[in-house]
This record gives sequence, C-alpha cells and structure tokens, in this order.
Amino acid sequence: MTTATALPRPTTEVATPARVVRPIPTTRLTTVELRKMFDTRAGFWLMASVGIISVLATAAVIIWAPDEAITQNTFSTAIGMPLSVVLPIIAILSVTGEYSQRTGLTTYTLVPWRGRVLSAKVVATLLVGVVAMFVALAVGALGNLLGSAITRLDATWDITLSQFGNIVLANVLGMLMGFMLGVLFRSSAAAIVGYFVYSFVLPVAFGTLAAFQEWFRDLQPWVDVQFAITRLFDNSMTAEYWQQLGVTTLVWLWIPLALGLRAVLRAEVK
Amino acid sequence: MISVESLTKHYGPFTAVDHVSFTAATGRVTGFLGPNGAGKSTSMRVMVGLTRASSGRVTIGGRDYRELVNPGLEVGVLLDASAQHAGRTGREILTIAQQTMGLPKAQVAETLARVGLTDDEAGRRVRDYSLGMRQRLGIATALIGDPEVLILDEPANGLDPAGIRWMRDLLRGFANDGGTVLLSSHLLHEIEVIADDIVVIGQGRIVAQGSKTELLAAAGTLVRTSDPAQTDRLARALHEASVVTTPIDGGLRVDAEPELVGETAHRAGVVLRELRPADGAGLEEMFLELTADTAREGAAA
Repeated sequence: MTTATALPRPTTEVATPARVVRPIPTTRLTTVELRKMFDTRAGFWLMASVGIISVLATAAVIIWAPDEAITQNTFSTAIGMPLSVVLPIIAILSVTGEYSQRTGLTTYTLVPWRGRVLSAKVVATLLVGVVAMFVALAVGALGNLLGSAITRLDATWDITLSQFGNIVLANVLGMLMGFMLGVLFRSSAAAIVGYFVYSFVLPVAFGTLAAFQEWFRDLQPWVDVQFAITRLFDNSMTAEYWQQLGVTTLVWLWIPLALGLRAVLRAEVK
Repeated sequence: MISVESLTKHYGPFTAVDHVSFTAATGRVTGFLGPNGAGKSTSMRVMVGLTRASSGRVTIGGRDYRELVNPGLEVGVLLDASAQHAGRTGREILTIAQQTMGLPKAQVAETLARVGLTDDEAGRRVRDYSLGMRQRLGIATALIGDPEVLILDEPANGLDPAGIRWMRDLLRGFANDGGTVLLSSHLLHEIEVIADDIVVIGQGRIVAQGSKTELLAAAGTLVRTSDPAQTDRLARALHEASVVTTPIDGGLRVDAEPELVGETAHRAGVVLRELRPADGAGLEEMFLELTADTAREGAAA
C-alpha cells in the first residue's frame, strides 16, 4: 500500500505530535463546579446569603426571644428554617444554570460524559450544604454564648450530635430535592416553582386533607414527604418514622431523580 | 481530520440531517455552507456528542468524540457564541475552560491576547459584550487547549469586516500549521473568503462538495427559458445527450459549453430567454436556489 496518503487515516498519524493527553480527574471537575457556584454576582450573593441569614436569624433570637428560650435549639431552629429554603435553591441553580444560560453547550463539550458532570455537581452542592450547616452551627453557638451573656444565665447546649446529624440529613435531602427538580425541569424558573409547590403547597394540601378526612390521617406520614422530613428536625425519629421517610423519599425524590438523570443523559443539549 | 459517514438525524417524522458524508481534511479549512435550518448546527452538535445521531457516525482523527479523554485539548469547539453565562466575566469563562482542561494559568492571558480581547474587556461581564466580542471569547475557549481540530458554528457572525479578516488569517495560520478547521456559515461570501474546501448542505442533504476552486470554476452554462415546461423539455433533451444539469431559478445550470446547449435547445424547439457561460457563478446560483426554498420570501409563494 504505497498509496497510503490516499487513505483517510494515515494523515492523522503524521500530524499527531508527541503529546500526552491525560483524562480529567473527578476532583478537578468538582473544583470547577464549586467555582461556578460562586463566580457570578447572583451566585456569590446566594452563597453569602447563607452567612447573612445565619447572622440575622441569630440577632433576631437575641433581640426578641424571651430569656428562658435562649438555648442552642432556638438558635438552630431560627437559622435552619430560612436556610432550608436557600440550600435547595442553590442545588437547583447549579443544574439549571447550564440550561438557562446555555453554558451546558460548553460544559458538556469539554466534558462529554454528562454523568460525571452531574456527579461533580452533586458533590459540590452537598459540600456547600454541609459547610453551610457548620457555619450555621457556629453562628448559632456564638449567638447562644452572646445571648446567655446578655441574660446572665448559663448557656444551654441542647443539641446532641445525632440531632445535628438529623438536621444535616434533612437539609441534604432538601438539596437533593432541589437537584432532582433541576434535572427534571432543566429550567430555573420551572424548577423553583416546582420547589415551592413541593415544600409549601403540597404540605398544606396534605395537612388540610388530613385535618378533614379521617381515612387520610394515618396515611399522611406514608405519603407526605415534607411531613416525614420535618420530623428529622424534631429529634423524635422512631423505626417507623425512618420507614416512612424511606417510602416517601423513594416516591418523591429517588424515583423522579432517576428519571431526571436519565433525561439529562439522553436529552439533546442546545 | 473529521470524517462524517452517512450521518442522519430524525426528529419524529422530520429529517434534519439526511445521510450526510464528507471529510474535513488536515491542513485545510473546510466551509460548511447552507441556509439557516439546513442541518449544519445539528450535524456539528452530533460531531461533539451533544446530540445523538439516528444513524451514521462521525470520527475525529479516527476516534469518536466521546473516546477523547480530555476533548478540549484535541478539538476546539464553538457552537454558539451567545451560549455563555451573561453574569460571568470573559476572563472567568476562559478560566473555567482552562481549569477543566487542566492547563497552566498563564494560558488564559495568552489566549485572550491571541483573540484580541484587552485586559479591560476581559474583566467585563459577558452581558455587556457585543456579539463580535462574544465570538472572540468563544474562539478563545476553542483555542485555549491548543487543539488540532477546530469545529466552529457561524464564527464570523457579528464580526465586522476587520474581524472577518482577522478570523481568516487565524484559521489560515491554524490550517497551515497542520490543523483541521471546519466552520459553518449561511453566507457564501464568508465561506468564499475563508475556506479551501466547501460542503454545501440544503434541507439536510449535501448538494455539492469539493475544493473552492473546483466549485467556483466548474460552473458550465446558465440557461433560462420562458416557462417551466420548456425547461423540463430542455433538461430531458440534454440528459439524452448525456449532459448533466442542475435546476436553478427559472432554468438550468448545465455542465457543457453554451454552443452545445444552444444546439440542443434548437433541436428540441425550446425558446431560450438567457444563455451564457456561468462565470463561476454556479455556486452562488445553486446557493440562492437553496436559500429560496427555505427563505421567508420563498415560503410566501
């Protein structure tokens, strides 16, 4: 085959210089995804809002709460409520930003394995979530010290390790909810609306149904995912409560998450 | 080298890309020319794994795009300059690409200079960029990994004449250094200025391909008649004489001398309205014809 140049393949062998191309490590992808969560004004302030909310909520407790209520638990509840709204939104935007801003075109071209990109996003999101929880814990502890110094009472430390663990788990589940809505809708607006339906409309609907319909009352814990997650905050988890958490998250989180991931892997990126 | 083999993409009953095959050769700039909606972008998205082909395949340097372990270092891609985060600065967008590919930090400033974005411009947010600046930033993202292949969708869009000239020189230099360039455009003029080889696509199918000189020279004869029936009759008569014809608006492009066409018309009793050598206008005629089918003016008829 002396006429090799007429064939399409050999030309590339001539042109290929001695250059070693190494695969992209997952840690690098995670670092990049973390960076992308902070590098816009909107992203930066969303992240900063975690700290700001913690400080504001702590200040509010010190100013308005009665003396005997100045306990670590009060602080953690005050900080935790607004935080549990912000964290899932962070998770939503980490996915939907790629579609709303159409950056996915570049992201998925540089890293054509979408599963790896999504894993990096999940890890980055959960890192942010867990760090946020520790920030909230620290700010709450400072508030507790400050509050009890003002009331001249001994500081009450009434959060156990397992309780903190449950709170972290509740927020991680909340963030995964956000992530699930992100992959399912792939649009910031739709996913955030979906999130508010999930966390505010459905619980009210289920609550109302349970209040007026006898037959639904015993059923609610097996159906209402927010109801099941909220119990994580109450530190009253029993074996049955864990089962209910498992059943409700399977239906409302894990299955839709699997469907959403499948859609992201298959869908055309435009 | 990019090799596209019988690429087909269906959307339900609609066929966006229909058995498209061509090769973008190493050391050359290949222009992918076609009107809007002809299937250029879909083909390019398939090449880089953003869209799944219904059938057929694309290889880059003999490999599937997904087999590349760090694609940014081997293939520079710009599909849509407006698909960049409006809230990020130009430098930040390029830094994300640099970090993803694992390149040294200095490449960012170097590449910004290469595409002619100043320090001040790189520090601005993309929402304040003109389309031309976005194109330059997009090209920077494609170039930063020092790839051997470039795939650029409408890169000259929004560039001023000086910008187009800059792009031509950049791509020429890239190809001369042994790189492969595939760029698309819906403007014949842009492609004529930049490309060595041209692939013309219309309604998902390839209608012509070859080197620019070949396509522009082998224009043959243009002949127009007074009505479509006469055109058909002439086409049949020419086919009987084993002459290849291509329909154009109101007539034919014929791969033969005007004299032969005139004689054939005379024998067939066809009244001619126009008969002249195509003067290299064949590509333009063909392209206008293609465009007329899909353009809004054409749709009204």
